[in-house]
Amino acid sequence: MTGFLLRRLGGAVFVLLSLTVILYAVFYVAPGDVAQIACGPRCSPAQVAQVTEQLRLDDPVYTQYWHFLQGIVAGRDFSTGTGVEHCAAPCLGVSYQSDQQVMQLILTKLPVTGSLVIGAFALWILLGVGTGVLSAWRRGRITERVLTWLTLAGIATPVFVIGLLLIIIFCSTLQWLPSPTYVPFTEDPEQWAWGLLLPWVSLALIESAKYARLTRSSMLETLAEDHVRTFRAYGVGEPAIMRRHALRGAVAPVIALSALDFGSMFGGAVLTESLFGIPGIGRELVHAVKVVDLPVVVGMVLVTGFFVVLANAVADLLYALADRRVVLS
Amino acid sequence: MTTPLVQVEDLTIDFGTVRAVDGLSFTLEAGAALGVVGESGSGKSASASALLGLHRGTGARVTGTVRVAGTDVGTAGEAELRALRGAKAAMVFQDPLSSLDPYYTVGDQIAEVYRVHNSASRRAARARAVEVLDRVGIPDAARRARSRPHEFSGGMRQRALIAMALACEPRLIVADEPTTALDVTVQAQILDLLHELRRETGMGLLLVTHDVGVAAESVDDVLVMQHGRAVERGPVAEVLGAPRQPYTRELLASVPRIDEKRAAVPGPRAADPDAAPLLEAVDLRREFGRGARRVTAVDGVSLTVHAGETLGIVGESGSGKTTLGRMLVRLLDPTSGRLRYAGEEIGSFSEKAFLPHRRELQMVFQDPVASLNPRRSIGESVADPLRAAGESDETRIRDRVRELLERVGLDGSRYERYPHEFSGGQRQRIGIARALAAEPKLIVCDEPVSALDVTTQAQVIALLGELQRELGIGLVFIAHDLAVVRQVSDRVAVMRQGRIVEQGAVDEVYGSPQDPYTKQLLAAVPALDPAHAAARRATRSELAAA
Repeated sequence: MTGFLLRRLGGAVFVLLSLTVILYAVFYVAPGDVAQIACGPRCSPAQVAQVTEQLRLDDPVYTQYWHFLQGIVAGRDFSTGTGVEHCAAPCLGVSYQSDQQVMQLILTKLPVTGSLVIGAFALWILLGVGTGVLSAWRRGRITERVLTWLTLAGIATPVFVIGLLLIIIFCSTLQWLPSPTYVPFTEDPEQWAWGLLLPWVSLALIESAKYARLTRSSMLETLAEDHVRTFRAYGVGEPAIMRRHALRGAVAPVIALSALDFGSMFGGAVLTESLFGIPGIGRELVHAVKVVDLPVVVGMVLVTGFFVVLANAVADLLYALADRRVVLS
Repeated sequence: MTTPLVQVEDLTIDFGTVRAVDGLSFTLEAGAALGVVGESGSGKSASASALLGLHRGTGARVTGTVRVAGTDVGTAGEAELRALRGAKAAMVFQDPLSSLDPYYTVGDQIAEVYRVHNSASRRAARARAVEVLDRVGIPDAARRARSRPHEFSGGMRQRALIAMALACEPRLIVADEPTTALDVTVQAQILDLLHELRRETGMGLLLVTHDVGVAAESVDDVLVMQHGRAVERGPVAEVLGAPRQPYTRELLASVPRIDEKRAAVPGPRAADPDAAPLLEAVDLRREFGRGARRVTAVDGVSLTVHAGETLGIVGESGSGKTTLGRMLVRLLDPTSGRLRYAGEEIGSFSEKAFLPHRRELQMVFQDPVASLNPRRSIGESVADPLRAAGESDETRIRDRVRELLERVGLDGSRYERYPHEFSGGQRQRIGIARALAAEPKLIVCDEPVSALDVTTQAQVIALLGELQRELGIGLVFIAHDLAVVRQVSDRVAVMRQGRIVEQGAVDEVYGSPQDPYTKQLLAAVPALDPAHAAARRATRSELAAA
């Protein structure tokens, strides 16, 4: 167990470091003058030169990368033009655009995206697995056919279509809900939940379709297995077979898919965040890429990468718990 | 007169257009034991499933009447049927690994079944599970009830399934090939257990098996099935001792006998014990895995094979037979030890240096379904070794493949057909033709007949013998079935835990076994004569106590 955790930790560090190397390399070869963009279109060459100096953009790329690594371990100082600002370890650098420290930026964005993802995740698992169980239970009947149709429609619909529809119906036409706005949980939990309700629902509707299909097919697979025949032959009723034996077979694949989705949602819920005006990590990342703000891009990608790695490690643990034949190594 | 426990009248089962059971009628009195014997496809398992109404909702069409312990299975409602299943009649399935839910502990699964039929608390149901597990001989049952199926050996899983059947004290146990997946010593233990339980509880037993020996040891009456019909029914001693129907006679004649010497072989045999051996293995070892998980599959085996002779290798599952066989033809590299073929040390040859010899050492595999590519015509599969040996003339390849197919008793014009169009026995013939294609000097046959019915098995064995006499090749015949090995081998090696415990001329080893393990193995093989069953059970319990 300890060995498993240590190996996973080592693997995580390796993955995250590789990500940063790739990002630095990509930015180095990418076209465009970073200093010019950071300074703004009306900057004079002298001002651009000053920005270049200030951001140390004339250093070779490996030196810049080395400073970045030093910052994580020991912290580093930045010149702000007027003075020097210290960024304490673990320091992920300072935005080229706003002089804001990336670590602080992450800490303000993380709760926002976290609120969105965790709520939607809970909803989509509930909805997806529930629909899947229902389709497997009513297999071959009209219920299953309707559900299959609905889930296929769910998979095929982009989130901004569903989201927009929900906004039009519930906020404009019926006026049951206020327009979605993000209010931090710490300020007002009730407003927080109401504000996130539509984003949660639209994200969950899209995601749950996949889970419904997966749950249904895993359960049908299990229902065809020999051990289910055993329990039928011993007079165990169909509800108990579904609940105790068939559903159990769907647990492992659902865990595996959840891990992938949960992790990547932290950086990948861009469309939902943009549509509902949620100031989260995805939106920040897209903006940073547009303005070639390397430290922010690296920071946001690291957050996403961290959650993907974490979710997969948790999934492996859950896997081993759900199926005792699995040995962690 | 009391009503019989099981009453089947004119039972017919159709799967789509295939008629699996065709007008079957039989009865089973309370407390009696009936063996249903037949080859694959004879409809015996389908009939057994019908006793519990297991065809409901599967698309099979069932007609006729089936009454079990007072329930009319055909017309009973769902609730009535569920009340029958497990409580009055319980089924013991084949393949104990897949028949238990991998996610739950064995004790919980038995307790679940118990609670379906009895209003018991969880705690009481668990206690009952431990009780029946203990009854079927699971050591330390209270602790092992908390294990999951994968932590049990094959024999223990089969015991656990029997324990599940016992949980609600049914009046009838339907056992469908309960020992087919098990080693012969474990099979003997399970059959002895069933016998004992029956004596103790007075329950009826319907035992479905393809193995006549298994039926001979365990039942009072036997019903022989063929093509979905009952061919012959009667007391086991009569049917097996003096069969009246030609099919029963044919079936019995095909069963390899462990207590009979090998039939005299007509024609010259090339085996010359003084000549230099064709293949010689000295202290062969093979390990798998690293560190703490290292397993020694073959642990210092030495043997020789001469041209024209058959060396039989017997052993139970996990004894290392297959690993050894694969090393003998260099499909696996030995971890250490020497392997000499035709005077050359081939064990240390590189793959490239060995290539010229590759064609001379061939293998026939166990599973004739899995060892042929389903997407290629059988002619192409047989042609593979020819092409590998450098033959490129298409007409010559086709002619040679036709010749080979005809040599193994198949129609040469079926070159373009695909494996699924052939029966199991025919597929094994194709496998043999493929091994012969490269004109080998030695063929290792790994369980070549274990997937086949006895009549087909007898034909394939006869074919191998004929080919050997004709071509003078050396054969290594690997099998778990001691009777089969006796019927094909000149010499035999008994393997256990990667070692050879006894090796010698076949009649000596079978006639007067020296090693205790060999004795145990031989005592475990079910005898065809039911009169000896009791004596053999006594021998087994003596050997087990020793």
